[in-house]
Amino acid sequence: MSDVLLHVEHLSHSFVNGHGSRKQVIKAVDDVSFDVHAAETFGLVGESGCGKTTTGRTIIRLYEPSAGKVTFDGREISGPMTRDLRKYLSNNLAMIFQDPIESLNPRMTIEEIVGEGLKLRGVTNKSERHVQVVEMLHRVGLTEEHASRYPHEFSGGQRQRIGIARAMIVHPRMIIADEPVSALDVSIQAQVINLLNDLKQEMGLTILFIAHNLSVVKYFSDRIGVMYYGKLVEVANSDDLYLHPMHPYTRALLSAIPEPNPLTERHRVRIDYDPERDHDYSKEKPEMRDLGNGHSLYCSETEYEKALKELD
Amino acid sequence: MANDTILSVNDLRISFRTVNGIVQAVRGVSFDLHRGETVAIVGESGSGKSVTMKALMGILPPNAFIEEGSILYNGMDLARADEKTMHQIRGKRIGLIFQDPLSALNPIMRVGRQITEVLRKRGLNKAEARARALELIKAVGIPNPERSFSAYPFQFSGGMRQRIVIAIALAGDPEILICDEPTTALDVTVQAKILDLINQIREERGLSVIFITHDLGVVANMADRVNVMYAGKIVEAGTSEEIFLRPVHPYTWALLESMPDLQTRGRLQAIPGAPPNMLAPPQGDAFAPRSRYALKIDYEKEPPTFKLSPTHTAATWLLHPMAPKMEMPASLKERIARMRKEAEKYV
Repeated sequence: MSDVLLHVEHLSHSFVNGHGSRKQVIKAVDDVSFDVHAAETFGLVGESGCGKTTTGRTIIRLYEPSAGKVTFDGREISGPMTRDLRKYLSNNLAMIFQDPIESLNPRMTIEEIVGEGLKLRGVTNKSERHVQVVEMLHRVGLTEEHASRYPHEFSGGQRQRIGIARAMIVHPRMIIADEPVSALDVSIQAQVINLLNDLKQEMGLTILFIAHNLSVVKYFSDRIGVMYYGKLVEVANSDDLYLHPMHPYTRALLSAIPEPNPLTERHRVRIDYDPERDHDYSKEKPEMRDLGNGHSLYCSETEYEKALKELD
Repeated sequence: MANDTILSVNDLRISFRTVNGIVQAVRGVSFDLHRGETVAIVGESGSGKSVTMKALMGILPPNAFIEEGSILYNGMDLARADEKTMHQIRGKRIGLIFQDPLSALNPIMRVGRQITEVLRKRGLNKAEARARALELIKAVGIPNPERSFSAYPFQFSGGMRQRIVIAIALAGDPEILICDEPTTALDVTVQAKILDLINQIREERGLSVIFITHDLGVVANMADRVNVMYAGKIVEAGTSEEIFLRPVHPYTWALLESMPDLQTRGRLQAIPGAPPNMLAPPQGDAFAPRSRYALKIDYEKEPPTFKLSPTHTAATWLLHPMAPKMEMPASLKERIARMRKEAEKYV
């Protein structure tokens, strides 16, 4: 495996509700650690509310980390926000959002939306910006005529292409794609996934792919992390994860994916996950343990022994 | 499966008057629903599946009108029924579960009252209605019925809210249940539970279900028969085995191909382009401009519906005796072979 590009160590983010005695702290991301290697796609899956989006947003500093450390190419990016760090972040990391309607300013033209990143990067010459914007639009499958239009004139799939162009124009080294296809129709989803794959290959991109659709994540990712209630519970190569899921939650998640095969669907046995029943953490504290071959599992000592035996 | 038809839709055509002109949303849809079975309607957004559903319930928006066709139910034509008749049918004979449970529920009314409201309308007194509502809450698997009865919708998770919506639909004691993308807004594990619940109540109550979705995985799980819709028409219809294992329409092929399953590798076969604008539906086969298998005639003349088996029909020129022999794409063939192999485990 190539070198580590993004290193996330004990990252936490809490949301605080209310004040005084009614204060509530919600640990959306709780002590999460993982590595993303250069030029790979790391998938993050889990149910809504499991903290996968918050993890992505905390890495790119849309949210402030409450604990932990994130380094990108050896440089810490979780420290105090300085002008310098802001610049470093926006030069190297970009984000693609889920909702292609809400994430585009309705009062800006596509040229302004896509070119904004260039403007901030000191490309002040308008015609030069235009050339770059048009080139990027071609790359994502749009045309020059689209540049002067407004977001509402586009279909969902096209809007997502605009979002991708906006992220890509600054030539970031890493993209955080937060559910980029879940708002799209099946036939359009495949178009956007293929586009992301092409860009990844052409530009040597590293992608953190956040999604809840496991078939898509499996198809798109080299390695996958499974999150449950703010914790990362299992990380493995995507084939390993599907062939040998070790955490009971991963198994439940896999058993719930409906597959387009009526012959097997009739016989599908779904596994339920109940943390109270499936784990006994009263004596042994769980932690992330390495099972070898890049597979790690959040488990207690006893569970670890059992998992190792099963893998053999 | 008992083979008596409970609902029959014949050549239904629905259009919308808009500022830009007439939008032909549904262009000649026919299908039957048999007692006790689940029929799925699959299609992308804009294919007309939701409009068809709204016509069945008589809840089309005011700018929509039924141009032609009939919806026969119990000797009545729902396409021509007046509001008074529909009022007797909606909820009582045909129940509906919406996609988004939060917007389907009244946020400032306690859950119990939203269920008893239906029961009181049916003539139960207050105590009876309460008892029956508690039964329903239990039947749809909501824990702690007493407490849930007096809770508000916002106090429940998405999956629990959808269970409440199902309870309300069941309170009317319908014989047909229409599910419009009931699990699209839910997580996979929750989706699995809701699908199980729908299957379970269908068996217990002998319901007939019309299941509207864009997710082929869910269809394979739920449906006895499948109707694939594109641009306001049913392009292929058949039992789920026929649709998933022996599909013949290029759109069904493309749809199955474009969706990655857990074994998919290599490049996805995306469907190029976007669905047609229904203000001016294309001549001939509406899918032709996006199809790799389009023939010349596809651009000129609408394909007739060919019958492949008593249950399997498809509208494509490829089935015409004079058409060149076309096989389904190789990758889909492989996938179907794999699906059959996987199924051997269960024999």
